[in-house]
Amino acid sequence: MRMTPVLTRLAWRYLWRNHRRTIIMLSAIAVGSWAMIFMTALTRGMVDQMIADGISALPGHVQVHDPEFLDDPSVVNRITIPDDEFARRFDDAGIKAWASRVRVPAVVTSERESRGVTLLGIDPAAEREFSFVSYEDVEGRFLESPEDNGVVIGRKLADKLDTEVGKRIVLMSQDPDNEIADRGFRVVGLFEASMPTFEESFVFVGKATAQRMLRIGNATTEVVFLGDDYRDVDPTYQLVAERVDDGLDVKRWYEIDTYLGTMLRVMDGFVLIWVIVIFLALSFGLVNTLVMAVFERVREIGLMLALGMKPSNILAQIIIESMLLLAVGLAIGNVLAVATIQPLQDGIDISVVAEGMEMMGASSVLYPKLYLNDVVLANIVVLMLGFFASLSPAWRASRYEPVEAITKVG
Amino acid sequence: MNIVLRLAWRNLWRQPRRTWLTTGAMVFSNTLLVFMISLQFGMYELMIDNTLQVFTGHMQVQAPGYKEDQKMRQTVPRIVPLADSLRDRFGLDTIAARGWAFGLASSDERSYGIGIFGVEPDYEPRVSSVPGLVREGRYLEEADATGIVIGSVLARNLRVGIGDELTLLGSGKDGSFAAAVVHVVGIFESGIADIDRNFAQMPLRLFQDMFYMDGDGHQVVVSAATLEAAELLLPEVAAALPDGAGLVVHDWDALQPGLRQAIQADMSSAFFMYGILVILVAFSVLNTQLMSVLERTHEFGIVMSLGLRPGRLGRLVMLETAMMGLMGLLIGAITGTLFTTWFTVNGLSIPGMEEMAAMFNLPARIYPEVTFATAVAGPLIVYGFTLLAALYPALRLHRLHPVEAMRVN
Repeated sequence: MRMTPVLTRLAWRYLWRNHRRTIIMLSAIAVGSWAMIFMTALTRGMVDQMIADGISALPGHVQVHDPEFLDDPSVVNRITIPDDEFARRFDDAGIKAWASRVRVPAVVTSERESRGVTLLGIDPAAEREFSFVSYEDVEGRFLESPEDNGVVIGRKLADKLDTEVGKRIVLMSQDPDNEIADRGFRVVGLFEASMPTFEESFVFVGKATAQRMLRIGNATTEVVFLGDDYRDVDPTYQLVAERVDDGLDVKRWYEIDTYLGTMLRVMDGFVLIWVIVIFLALSFGLVNTLVMAVFERVREIGLMLALGMKPSNILAQIIIESMLLLAVGLAIGNVLAVATIQPLQDGIDISVVAEGMEMMGASSVLYPKLYLNDVVLANIVVLMLGFFASLSPAWRASRYEPVEAITKVG
Repeated sequence: MNIVLRLAWRNLWRQPRRTWLTTGAMVFSNTLLVFMISLQFGMYELMIDNTLQVFTGHMQVQAPGYKEDQKMRQTVPRIVPLADSLRDRFGLDTIAARGWAFGLASSDERSYGIGIFGVEPDYEPRVSSVPGLVREGRYLEEADATGIVIGSVLARNLRVGIGDELTLLGSGKDGSFAAAVVHVVGIFESGIADIDRNFAQMPLRLFQDMFYMDGDGHQVVVSAATLEAAELLLPEVAAALPDGAGLVVHDWDALQPGLRQAIQADMSSAFFMYGILVILVAFSVLNTQLMSVLERTHEFGIVMSLGLRPGRLGRLVMLETAMMGLMGLLIGAITGTLFTTWFTVNGLSIPGMEEMAAMFNLPARIYPEVTFATAVAGPLIVYGFTLLAALYPALRLHRLHPVEAMRVN
């Protein structure tokens, strides 16, 4: 250990003895680590956006339903605990926001057309935190209270139904006895959403109005809870699960939308595989460089050994050389990555493939997301694997027989 | 063997470890490229085929504007005679007429909104995979007066089985109230929840009665043997449409714009990754060849002072690179092919990917297949960049002064 400063200085000087080779290798490491981080940031950004959009449609990080509801989304499988009971349990529980709502499949009919939609009976004041609709940007107005008699639909749906603000539409669903439950509504507002499918599939009405239409008293079909971070929903889940034990089903968002949950998991795997693949491509060059560096100074190594330097010091020196090379290359790569991602923070417009992205559940603007974790992971993996890759040339160098090495004709 | 070739070959093996390491970099990248490209293009083809054969077909004849709005009144008039005439004209039976509407389906216990297709029972199985997925009961027959086929999830949700009655409500072509009572004759299961939950099919004649279609429909689906054949068929179908009816033909790309775009988005990210791999290999080659030139400075000085021109030496360096690259290309293409073939036989499934695969109508286990193109495309590009990388060391020789070079030890 005492020798480390000397060895490090030696290693550093050796690196620059053949500056061309070092620069080429540095460029390769820099490009490789830039690509690792850049690509990771892009895909992370995409998945984050997908999940943000997906959760906004679900929404709510933790959701409570009747156990049958998710497979059989009918008012038959409703939640009968009244809102004030939920309020009593959750108002001081440290939950960021919660809301109960009526969510059922329905058929909407205009004068000319019929479409299938998801009817959301909501309390507009409680849903502000959750909604993917910004109330202010609605053409016309958004719902004003749970008693509101109007309906707010997406602009796309309005086009397909040939309807507009001020016209009437009919919503049809079933009541608990499977009688057709229908009611006319005046369209009071049209919303726009980042995902075109949302505009076609969601219809907002007042919660109390929906309850009257479906003849379910003050029952609801789902209660949703918002935590601080969708990546870490367990604290919220615990809170909710402790307080809801009435035979209801408490689920995390990724258990409900398994596609999004899978995306999130697959992403972590993808980042690691991508980093390792790049490293492997780099490793051939790295080992090559070290082998050459050892080979061309066999006589010097022999001399140092003959003068009494310990083989372990030779080993350490070669490894330090390799680590220095990687560290400098990584540093350049990291700086490059940050420098290229920074200007793209406002989003990359990929609307040429908008409908394709929508098929994957992503929107048409890509916001690269640089996570410290990913950067650290990339750097650590490269350094660690680099260490192992340099063991063999370093070992070989430290095993030279001094006399043979000195007399070797280079 | 030609003396220059022999010289280049021997030069390569002066430092066998270095040559193998550089070749190794190529083999690694090439193996990966062959595998990834085979997998990727195989998946695209599957994605297109599987998606199109559910409902879309290769092209559809529709009323203008129907593609965007799917309004009931945007109809193709007298659709069955039109489909008949197209079938006669092209001698194809992969042509089928359809109507599409939205309605509320009610059983004794439940009501759900669903998409209802009116289909020609004799021809629908030839353009769509759904009729073949009937798990219980049977598919529709021309004679069915009140038959309907529904998805398995829908059957479960509605709590109905074969022979049970459903009431359908919807809006007719003229916006009037449409209703019918039908009987479940078959239940299909595609494994894709969205399809199994949301769709039903009934005979076109019944559909036309129920929705007051007056013999109209919404789409004539046309499929060809292959995508390429479909491309050639499209203008002919367009020309065969009755004059003055104002009908249009859309190809699958227009009907499913998301499909090609999803592929494009995936391709661009894949090509970015391939590009990085290729660049890293190029750096490796550049490094190796530069080293090999530098350490021969002395030797090059001697042969140059004996009269050898720098151009000749440059070509020697390029030849060495070409040989090394060729080794990387051949070994890489072979290992890549072997690696991929292993998966062709055993299939590739990534745990946890089932949902993602289902999103794009892909099976959970994928069998990538190597074709000549996918086996050589990647390695050839790597080869090209290898040669490009060696240009710098080769051209550098022109700056070499024999006398100075000889002094270098």
